[in-house]
Amino acid sequence: MANSPAVLISGLSKRYGKVRALDGLDLTVRTGEVHGFLGPNGSGKTTTLRILLGLLRADAGHAELLGGDPWRDAVELHRRLAYVPGDVVLWPSLSGGEAIDLLGRLRGGLDPRRKAALLERFDLDPSRKGRAYSKGNRQKVALIAALASDVELLILDEPTSGLDPLMEATFREAVAAERDNGRTVLLSSHLLSEVEALCDQVTIIRDGRAVETGTLAQLRHLTRTSITAELDRVPDGLAALKGVHDLAVNGSRIRFDIDAEQLASALRLITDAGVRALTCRPPTLEELFLRHYQVKP
Amino acid sequence: MTGTLPGGPLTGTLTLVRLALRRDRVLLPVWIVLIPGVIAASASAIADLYPQAAQRVALGVTISSAPALQALTGPVFDATSVGGLTAWRLTTMASVLAALMSILVITRHTRAEEETGRTELIGACAIGRHATPASAVLVAGSANLLIGLLITLALAGQGLPGAGALAFGLAVSGTGWTFTGVAILAAQLTEHARTANALATAVLGLAFLLRALGDAARIEPLSWLSPLGWAQRIRAFAGERWQVVALFAVTGLALVAVAALLSARRDLGAGLLPPRLGPRDAAPDLSSPFALAWRLQRGGLLTWTIGFTVVGAMFGALAHSVGDIVRDNPSLAELLSRIGGGADVLTDTFLTAELGLLGLVAGGYAVQATLRLQAEESAIRAEPVLATAVPRWRWTTGHLFVALSGSATIVAVGGLTTGLTHGIRTGEPVGQAMRLLGAALVQVPATWTLAGIAMLLFGLVPRLTALAWAALAAFALLSQLGELLQLDDWIRGLSPFSHVPQALSGPVRATPLLWLDAITAALSLAGIIAFQRRDLRGG
Repeated sequence: MANSPAVLISGLSKRYGKVRALDGLDLTVRTGEVHGFLGPNGSGKTTTLRILLGLLRADAGHAELLGGDPWRDAVELHRRLAYVPGDVVLWPSLSGGEAIDLLGRLRGGLDPRRKAALLERFDLDPSRKGRAYSKGNRQKVALIAALASDVELLILDEPTSGLDPLMEATFREAVAAERDNGRTVLLSSHLLSEVEALCDQVTIIRDGRAVETGTLAQLRHLTRTSITAELDRVPDGLAALKGVHDLAVNGSRIRFDIDAEQLASALRLITDAGVRALTCRPPTLEELFLRHYQVKP
Repeated sequence: MTGTLPGGPLTGTLTLVRLALRRDRVLLPVWIVLIPGVIAASASAIADLYPQAAQRVALGVTISSAPALQALTGPVFDATSVGGLTAWRLTTMASVLAALMSILVITRHTRAEEETGRTELIGACAIGRHATPASAVLVAGSANLLIGLLITLALAGQGLPGAGALAFGLAVSGTGWTFTGVAILAAQLTEHARTANALATAVLGLAFLLRALGDAARIEPLSWLSPLGWAQRIRAFAGERWQVVALFAVTGLALVAVAALLSARRDLGAGLLPPRLGPRDAAPDLSSPFALAWRLQRGGLLTWTIGFTVVGAMFGALAHSVGDIVRDNPSLAELLSRIGGGADVLTDTFLTAELGLLGLVAGGYAVQATLRLQAEESAIRAEPVLATAVPRWRWTTGHLFVALSGSATIVAVGGLTTGLTHGIRTGEPVGQAMRLLGAALVQVPATWTLAGIAMLLFGLVPRLTALAWAALAAFALLSQLGELLQLDDWIRGLSPFSHVPQALSGPVRATPLLWLDAITAALSLAGIIAFQRRDLRGG
């Protein structure tokens, strides 16, 4: 089983009336990896996850989940996975603890000791009724129900959107522990820092298509480095150098972005101009992200 | 507009009125046209069917001798005129419809908005504290005024006396205003739109019950306790009593004022009762989709059961008195014996009419309980359940089972308590309880068809599930007006309730019941299969 991917999607398409939600999406999640599924609002992340869960039927393309067909084998597959929706709505009359137990049992059982430990770690009072929880606490209920189940695959749809920074850290620890236990995680997010901290592999989706996929290192390779330097003099020819972007000169202080393949020539120019201070920064995922979603003129 | 003070508690009311009108641009005009339309059509049908005064008087005598009819429609004040007959036949029905419209409009724009958090979005804008409830009251109040106006114009346009037409219009508007007040008060008391609707509708049910009992058993004070009783006692086309209009206005304003006081004292989103804590862990049996459906619906079913117990007991307690009317009136007894009956027959007609009404109302429960599926789906609460190892058909059949068993239970309980209280008066409680239980259960297959219709719509066209309510309304109209309008048998046969066999007078024919069950089964199965194949909505 270790060789077959946990999720294998190719050419997946889905329309809602005239709106094209997915337009030939490809996505592969290998067993045992934490895969970041990154995209802005409305790019098709949730639609993809719902198709994987057999809640929606794709119009075209192929989707395979844990070796089965997500629509046909939905019930059998759901025993082996846990899902945390992006928008958690609880039953107003059920307490949080009841909702956790119920969802766990419907999935095929959950470990009460693990549930107790998670309640402690996420600092959640399970006796409040569903209507009394804040957005973050509702999210915690769904997270605990998912994490307390013994499953092979976790499908998480923007799971930290309501959590405070402390709980986000707890969430990251929990996901890291799941990975160490050999579980596969598919994590959709628009929070880049989250994906950066957690994921082995990233797929970026835009307008229903995967625009980039690979490890973070591979994706960075494609992009720019930010350089800030204090120089004796501003070198001639820097502005004309291929691959230099957004050059800003402020007295003897310069700032610019440089494409990876031109980095060496740019550095040579700078060193020749007498460097007093130099900061080189790899692009954050934010910048990577912005590049993919910048509206091109 | 400059009528509202800048920065006052009503700032922004008119903007919210425009928002409400935009959201209701289809629903509200339908209500506003439907109610006067039904009245106008019925008035012209009555004029066509009973052109001679003598015919109308004969009809009036029949009505006066049938308490069952009066329980449904109220007394006839003047049978000699077309207007008088129209007012008798339609005042209650039109008033109930106007009240329902008011309740739905008010809850939709107040508590439902608050529950979904949209009021929070609005409340953070430059909007006064009372603007949201005030805008809802303005919309519902104006809709009722328009309905009254259209009724007046439609009836006067048919050549009926203007004063009577105006009184009829005001009776319907007035009931609508009163229940606007009831609904806005209910919206302050409860946290959920569903409960607010249930509470206000329960008050409407109580109002109907008081009037039905008062009119059937000729206990005037009982009828005067009910706004539906006031609507009749304006006496449109029968010596109008205009002071009753003031009763409506004062009651409506008083209810709105109390609601405003309560609204100023509570937090956004909260009801009057503080939320309680629940258990930390689920009970061991909360582990299947059926257990979840039962858990979500048991509170509602309990309320309905209590309601049917009370209604059944009250009707049963009065059934024997219905016969008294004949016992005290020799000429009426003679008339009835000519058409083959006496006091007992009269009592049985009354009971049959009551059980028919219970079956119809239980149809409302069946629709509501089945459409819980849709409520769960559109609130995105179905998604996490169906993302676990729960097959879709088990999730749907869980709620459907509650709808079917629940509607059968409430009808049975209603029949049982009717028989019990009736039997206590006649000295045979057990015998009557069993007889009435049997007669009530005969209604169940017709009631179930509504669950089937709702299930089919949910599976096939979830956007149009409101049609299940339309079907219930159509069945109610057919059984209420079908005879009066002398509709063809095949049209009246469209209602499953027209196929319910007589159960109190003789042996029951089982064939129509089996047919109705088969239809329910087919509709439900089709709905379950259709849901199995469609995309999940919501989110």
